[in-house]
Amino acid sequence: MGDAIVCQGLVKRYGEVTALDHLDLAVPQGSVFGFLGPNGAGKTTAIRLLTGLARPSDGQAEVAGYDVSGDSIALRRRISYLDQQPHFYDWMRGSELLEFAGQLFGIHGAALRTRVAEVLALTGIADAAERKVGGYSGGMRQRLGLAQALINQPDVLFLDEPVSSLDPAGRHDLLTIIDGLRSTITVFMSSHILADIERVCDRVAIINRGRLVVEASVEELQARYALPIVVVQVEQADPALLEALLGRIRAQPWASGVALDRDELRVGIHDRVDAGSELLRLLAESGVPVVRYEHVRPNLEDIFLRLVAGEETV
Amino acid sequence: MTGLNVLLRKELREQWRTLRLPIVTIIFFVIGLISPVLAKYTPEIIEHAGGNIQITVPVPQMKDAIDQFIKNLGQVGPFAAILLAMGTVAREREHGTAAFVLSKPATRVAFLGAKFVALVVTLSVGVLAAGIAAYTYTAILFDPPPIAGFIACCLLLLIGIAVFVALTLLASTAIGSTLPAAGVGLGAYILMAIISAVPRLGQFTPLGLGDPAHALALGDAPPHLWTSLLASLVWIAVALIVTWLSFRNQEFGP
Repeated sequence: MGDAIVCQGLVKRYGEVTALDHLDLAVPQGSVFGFLGPNGAGKTTAIRLLTGLARPSDGQAEVAGYDVSGDSIALRRRISYLDQQPHFYDWMRGSELLEFAGQLFGIHGAALRTRVAEVLALTGIADAAERKVGGYSGGMRQRLGLAQALINQPDVLFLDEPVSSLDPAGRHDLLTIIDGLRSTITVFMSSHILADIERVCDRVAIINRGRLVVEASVEELQARYALPIVVVQVEQADPALLEALLGRIRAQPWASGVALDRDELRVGIHDRVDAGSELLRLLAESGVPVVRYEHVRPNLEDIFLRLVAGEETV
Repeated sequence: MTGLNVLLRKELREQWRTLRLPIVTIIFFVIGLISPVLAKYTPEIIEHAGGNIQITVPVPQMKDAIDQFIKNLGQVGPFAAILLAMGTVAREREHGTAAFVLSKPATRVAFLGAKFVALVVTLSVGVLAAGIAAYTYTAILFDPPPIAGFIACCLLLLIGIAVFVALTLLASTAIGSTLPAAGVGLGAYILMAIISAVPRLGQFTPLGLGDPAHALALGDAPPHLWTSLLASLVWIAVALIVTWLSFRNQEFGP
């Protein structure tokens, strides 16, 4: 299979600000592709360029075989887009909005009614189909957004932070739907929620300050960038003792970084041999009560923070 | 113009469901209704208001009712046009619905064209309601005006109002914000009103259509009809072309 999305040196400038800086990317057909980056990294800008809603300052990109800078109707027939905060006509009913979207794609009559029923069932909002969109909750809007994005059975589906505003149950449901789209269409999904990306995406690109940092499969990233990590869970620790312990760990040559998340220390390690005995000694000397000590496989979040936020965090 | 039919149907539904069409129709109907009534009874009101002072007011005639109708619709019409058009593109940009539509196979010309046509249709229904009410009451209180001339009068008034739709649509598109767009529309109306008072120059403004509309409604030969009509159509065409030029390169996003 070929690539559904190809970017070559894609640049977007807003005055003096370079929002996207020479992005090179190839997204395989049928994959669920995660586009990661902190807020303001250029994720939404890239999606706007790839969907033809903005024009590149330089470089070129093709989506589903069409040049994105041509304002092509043919391109827009083959793609769909869901904004991170989808906005619809509040006066429309849910089913009416889907019919409107379908008609814009040239679907009419019985085919349209069938397709509307299908996407309503798929996204789980059939019961709310006759309610006005203005009365939908945030989660229902997101489901409606996904329904309208699927109405044309697109080749490429762009999702900009599709689950960031949902509660855990809503996120689970929507990610399950996205997961089910694998291999039937190409999904290009931006997010800063790394667990979600890790759960559904085959490949991942990380961008920071408009520049591509890395692009690989999740497994490749873990193999390439993963440094061993030790998780230490402490209990009712004196903050002063904990702070002193953090300082001592940071000063060690074998430590690549240390991060504290509530009662959990995550210690990145350069040298497993030295760290094995030294870390235990530091913990014992610190007086901090330890309830768990575990070597773990780094997750995408660890890799992301290391690549984006620098070496200080793990 | 891919998507024009779908977008136009959606715009017309929106005009109805958001009550803009019914409200405009009712307001215009009332304007049409009260114009001949005012023409008929204002002299009597003035005479009675004078108390012991003797005020002689000419007996009102059908042409006074027509005059009142054109004056009232010539003022309310452009204001309604400005209020309807001020947010038509700006609001969709602000709310993100423009990006929702334009990420689908619909051209920007169709997006703008549907909005302009829907607004003109809404105002046409309003002018029709006003015309029916004014014609009926003028016929009851005075004499019936010549029907063909009265229809032509209403059409000219509608074209004049459509100029303000086009100008406010341009402002809404170019500025991208609702209230400033209304300000530009209002400024354009005031400017046109000032220019329309200038001899020979006034006929080139949409308000210059008032004189030929008045004459046509009375069955008289209309002065500078074609000049004013052509000028208004040029205003509309230029405003729409500039609107499209402004809109075609606009981007949607952060």
